[in-house]
Amino acid sequence: MRGIQLPLSQTQKVRLQKALEKLESISSKVNSAASVIIADSIPVNHEDGVLKGHGTIDLNGEVVATICGVVERVNKLVYVRALRSRYKPEVGDIVIGRVVEVAQKRWRLDINFNQDAVLMLSSMNMPDGVQRRRTALDELNMRCIFEENDVVCAEVRGFQHDGLHLQARSRKYGKLNRGQLLKVPPYLVKRQKQHFHHLEEFGIDLILGCNGFIWVGEHIEAKDDMVEDQVSQSDPQVLLPNKNCLSLEEQEKNYTILETRKYICRAANAVRVLSMLGFNITLEIIKGIIDLSISMNLDIHEMLGSDFCVLVAEKEVERRSSNKKKR
Amino acid sequence: MGIVEGKESIERCGGNGMVFEKIHLRMEYVSPEGLRLDGRRPMEMRQIRAEIGAVSKADGSAIFEMGNTKVIAAVYGPREVQNRSQISNHALVRCEYSMANFSTGDRMRKSKGDRRSTEISLVIRQTMEASILTHLLPRSQIDIYVQVLQADGGTRSACINAATLALADAGIPMRDLVTSCSAGYLNSTPLLDLNYVEDSAGGPDVTLGILPKLDKVTLLQMDSKLPIDILENVMQLAIEGCKAIANYIREILLENTKQLEYRRGV
Repeated sequence: MRGIQLPLSQTQKVRLQKALEKLESISSKVNSAASVIIADSIPVNHEDGVLKGHGTIDLNGEVVATICGVVERVNKLVYVRALRSRYKPEVGDIVIGRVVEVAQKRWRLDINFNQDAVLMLSSMNMPDGVQRRRTALDELNMRCIFEENDVVCAEVRGFQHDGLHLQARSRKYGKLNRGQLLKVPPYLVKRQKQHFHHLEEFGIDLILGCNGFIWVGEHIEAKDDMVEDQVSQSDPQVLLPNKNCLSLEEQEKNYTILETRKYICRAANAVRVLSMLGFNITLEIIKGIIDLSISMNLDIHEMLGSDFCVLVAEKEVERRSSNKKKR
Repeated sequence: MGIVEGKESIERCGGNGMVFEKIHLRMEYVSPEGLRLDGRRPMEMRQIRAEIGAVSKADGSAIFEMGNTKVIAAVYGPREVQNRSQISNHALVRCEYSMANFSTGDRMRKSKGDRRSTEISLVIRQTMEASILTHLLPRSQIDIYVQVLQADGGTRSACINAATLALADAGIPMRDLVTSCSAGYLNSTPLLDLNYVEDSAGGPDVTLGILPKLDKVTLLQMDSKLPIDILENVMQLAIEGCKAIANYIREILLENTKQLEYRRGV
């Protein structure tokens, strides 16, 4: 059993236990006994024909699970959806990665997959926004775009012979600045229509990467940055000295006001609490937790305490049971 | 209490091998009432306990206890291969076994790469590799780290059980769970799950690893001689032990999976 590693007092323990039991009773009505573990045989009807999907093997005519997870059935297809595992990419997923290496015409990104992902120089928009052939000079200036350890947002393009390829052909992708990167188990992030969120009331951006990397940062208007880059990128020789002695105007631009920084931390702690409890992470739930912490007048650091953790669990029970009633 | 007794007897008779063996065979490991030194019956296992998720930063981790033996395992991966020349179509499995300095009765300073730990690392790696479906994870590597926190005999088995749990927690596809248990033969009685005192008696010690669903043996080790008919009995006993452990591990894993699922919600 995966225990929650928090120092809980006796009453908190009881409250948490009760909340979790309620959650169990709510979910067990939805799908009963679909959980399997390694080497469990999955009951199937052989007369209808069976297609074995991921996480299953054939053993003497039986379908046997090879991972721990939940059995899913789509028409004839039977597969096991893994819970705790590394990210399994699908084409079109929005992911966040960290640059581990700048290589020939490509960056290598750590995206919590079996291998590092590749972002080719040719599969991303140049900062000046002009469509053209990538020259040798562009290749030399790759570190001006992304350096090692930069956090980058991109989209999964697909598998090529040399691994997983990403692309960043839009202004919403690219380097992420002034914020926090959070790592959560990928199964907690569900694929949705929208992964980029702008929380206007707090002035922060929230990107829920499908690979379990979550970005919380200051809201940035994409357009302004582009114009500014155009000037500096056209002449890379000018760019380098510029980097060292920032003008006053630029310093102003690099400064995030305290209020926004506080909200970033609040949102980040909300995600941390959710991942600690193993609850699904969506915009709606994160917003709910931020509001809860503000309405209770809690300090940011108190959000990671055991008291708030129990409270979030209880609130989640309320939310899920009310959701069920609506249906 | 048992550990101290055993140690003394070894020291007393150290030096001459013949004397050593005689004294130990004369020593009573199973009392006339049919009880062992720690009060178990010959076919009784020590109490086992397992816990998933001990290392938060690892992809999968577990703690496994058999009586006073306590082992922690952490799995990292599948991840990018560190040594580019080793990239292949199959996942690369690596294993590192170590004993904490405080794990034994007297504090020992051991170098990391001594022969015993390299051998056990190899044994664990080969046993786990036989079960992992490495062809599904090309161009990646899996690192298994096991450390003995408390040693009281049967560390090899405990490590394999802990590694199985950690691999299952990491969501790595496997043919079957691997479980392991040891058995020995002392005072002309087959004994299940030897502890340190019985282990250091110098009698035969069979470590067995099986795939319970497929009913196959993946590991069989013994460092002394035993008549073939007795070996069969001892092995049968060890298989029973392995199956009992498999049942326990399945329970723990199923509980863990269910909990993850209902907590996540829809």
